[in-house]
Amino acid sequence: MLRNKLMLAAAILSGGAFASPAAAQNEQFIPILSYRTGAYAVNGVPYANGVADYYNLVNERDGGINGVKLLVEECETGYATDKGVECYERLKGKGPTGAAFINPLSTGITFALTEKTTTDKIPIITMGYGRADSKNGAVFAYNFPLLGTYWSAADIAIQHIAKEVGGVDKLKGKKISLLFHDSPYGKEPIPMLQVLAKKHGFEFTPIPVTHPGVEQKSQWLAIRQNRPDYVLVWGWGVMNGTAVKEAAAVAYPREKMIGVWWSGAEPDVTPAGDQATGYKALMLQHGAGKFPVHADIEKHVYAKGKGASEPGKVGEVLYNRGMVNAMLGVEAIRKAQEKFGKKPLTGEQVRWGLENLNLSEARIKEMGFEGMLKPIKISCSDHEGARDGRVQQWDGKGWKIISDWYTANQSDTEPLVNDISAKYAAEKNIQPRDCSKES
Amino acid sequence: MIALGQFLEVLIGGLMSGVLYSLVALGFVLIFKASGVFNFAQGAMVLLAGLALVRSLDLLVAWGFPVWAAIILGIGFAAVIMAITAWLIERFVIGPLVNQDALTLFMSTIGVTFILEGAAQMIFGSDAYPLRLFPTDAWFLFENLFPGGILVNKLDVWGGFIAGILVAGLAIFFERTKTGRALRAVADDHLAAQSVGIPISWIWFVVWLAAGLVALVAATVWGTKLGVQFSITFLALKALPVLIIGGLTSIPGAIVGGLIVGAGEKIAEVFLGSHIGGGIEYWFAYVLALAVLLVRPQGLFGERIIERI
Repeated sequence: MLRNKLMLAAAILSGGAFASPAAAQNEQFIPILSYRTGAYAVNGVPYANGVADYYNLVNERDGGINGVKLLVEECETGYATDKGVECYERLKGKGPTGAAFINPLSTGITFALTEKTTTDKIPIITMGYGRADSKNGAVFAYNFPLLGTYWSAADIAIQHIAKEVGGVDKLKGKKISLLFHDSPYGKEPIPMLQVLAKKHGFEFTPIPVTHPGVEQKSQWLAIRQNRPDYVLVWGWGVMNGTAVKEAAAVAYPREKMIGVWWSGAEPDVTPAGDQATGYKALMLQHGAGKFPVHADIEKHVYAKGKGASEPGKVGEVLYNRGMVNAMLGVEAIRKAQEKFGKKPLTGEQVRWGLENLNLSEARIKEMGFEGMLKPIKISCSDHEGARDGRVQQWDGKGWKIISDWYTANQSDTEPLVNDISAKYAAEKNIQPRDCSKES
Repeated sequence: MIALGQFLEVLIGGLMSGVLYSLVALGFVLIFKASGVFNFAQGAMVLLAGLALVRSLDLLVAWGFPVWAAIILGIGFAAVIMAITAWLIERFVIGPLVNQDALTLFMSTIGVTFILEGAAQMIFGSDAYPLRLFPTDAWFLFENLFPGGILVNKLDVWGGFIAGILVAGLAIFFERTKTGRALRAVADDHLAAQSVGIPISWIWFVVWLAAGLVALVAATVWGTKLGVQFSITFLALKALPVLIIGGLTSIPGAIVGGLIVGAGEKIAEVFLGSHIGGGIEYWFAYVLALAVLLVRPQGLFGERIIERI
């Protein structure tokens, strides 16, 4: 364990955090907001390792992006909003051109930084989390909730439930509860689920769990009495494993629990042991497992002793997610370089790269992510870029994919996105951009 | 209309949860009762003990030891770790601060908290480690009287049983043994105790060791419930209202306080929380604690301090 921590420090250093001033002139600075300590470290560590390893891979294998090396620095947020803002303020101006973008890995920090990043002209990438209304890039020019918002996740979850019960029309009269982390993250899907409940006629009950979620007896006794047909779990950290254990204690079938993609990783089920068997969770496209890009990481990063993770954990769900997140940021810089030149870019320039990012199936295959991701195309009006997901189920030893691909219905999500983002624009005196004129 | 069966289920579940809070609160009481120090590090000690136990257990099982032998050796290893921790705390933190005021000692335990949390995770890892020492399924009682019966979790019952043994053992230790009486003397007045020949360093080592062992016991139950992971340190926050209600110096008070907090917060969450948006149990425990503070500042079972002026 100590060895791994020393290796991590070496990996971060080799990423160029302390590069010489001359070398630093041709480096692109990327801050990593992570949490390797505290209540959510169990989930934060594998994610941060995936991010760190991918940036390291780009430097070690490719010599950076078109010759521009990545200069990275981690800052520990502990999943606390105040620390996240502090990290952002400390790191936003580092490197020759400032931060290329920021990944807070916290919806709470995202809410706190949304206005600041717009003022500072630094994109905020919130892949699979953050503000769902920020899908509307006309209003939220600097927010990029790539691959899926919580409203898309809610829609996909209800689609899957509809399929299990025999059709959308069978949802009427069903009881669906949402067990959520009582935070901006956990509350985010509620408006969408209320819309869907009204549309399909199911009874929706939100049930909050106080941070960090170590005590859930009250909630599960209430669930035992109410006997919902399904329980959606919007948890993080210890809350997920505790939910599974409490469900087992009140004999609630784990097959009727569906976690969001942040409640479907290995640390969420392993503490519950056999009791987690049958538990389901959404996938933010990818799941666990190794793909061609992992072979590159093993060859160019781990073989050189520069890996951040324990080798056995490479390929776990959250490790892979960190890797995908880092890759999308790197590709946005690469795209921006096509327009602004092969040099370190400002946040504003990288924002253009993000908004014009278009990863085809061929490019995804070329990068070694085939099987993990579907094509993604970002635009001014669509900062989400893709809204596809699948469902996986824990079989006691590993996650097994049990569904085909679902795509969130924009007919469900779009009216809410437009409504809430318009209110935000009015409140903040933002003049929405005319996306037909953006290029 | 609240069904009687549901009310009884929530009440029993709450009382059982309260006993588990008491397991953590007992460590606080022990140190305060014997040394006058409010040990903020008790939650971190539960984490350290739990990590030492689960990591050694996993290693021993992987080496081919039978599970029963691995459990015994694992508990022994964790106890040794807690003894070393107690010695280090006495030698380098509390010992040098002898005769300092209570606030200084309290602040030093905050420092100890962060050191223990960091060191424990650095040495033993920061993942979530499953621990399965007790059954975690449930009994469903009185199914003929109430639809679905009344759920009682077996782990909670084990927790109650263990807490009972701990309280009895600690009561005997404090009341019937020479060391226990010496502990109480040191708590009353460090200088006076030293002047009559009580070895204060040894006594403080003993009391921190005892608190470490109580933390180990709490870790076995809470580790089985949650898995051993950092969040286990948050249990210290659940123990605070228990201490305020029961009194900082009373071992039975820790149990009674736990029962009141557990039952109160669960009943509030299930029957009141659903009408006002939910998520109230965490702060409702402190509402109960404040109510007791207003009426009886020393807690229900705390010692009433009378000072001549």
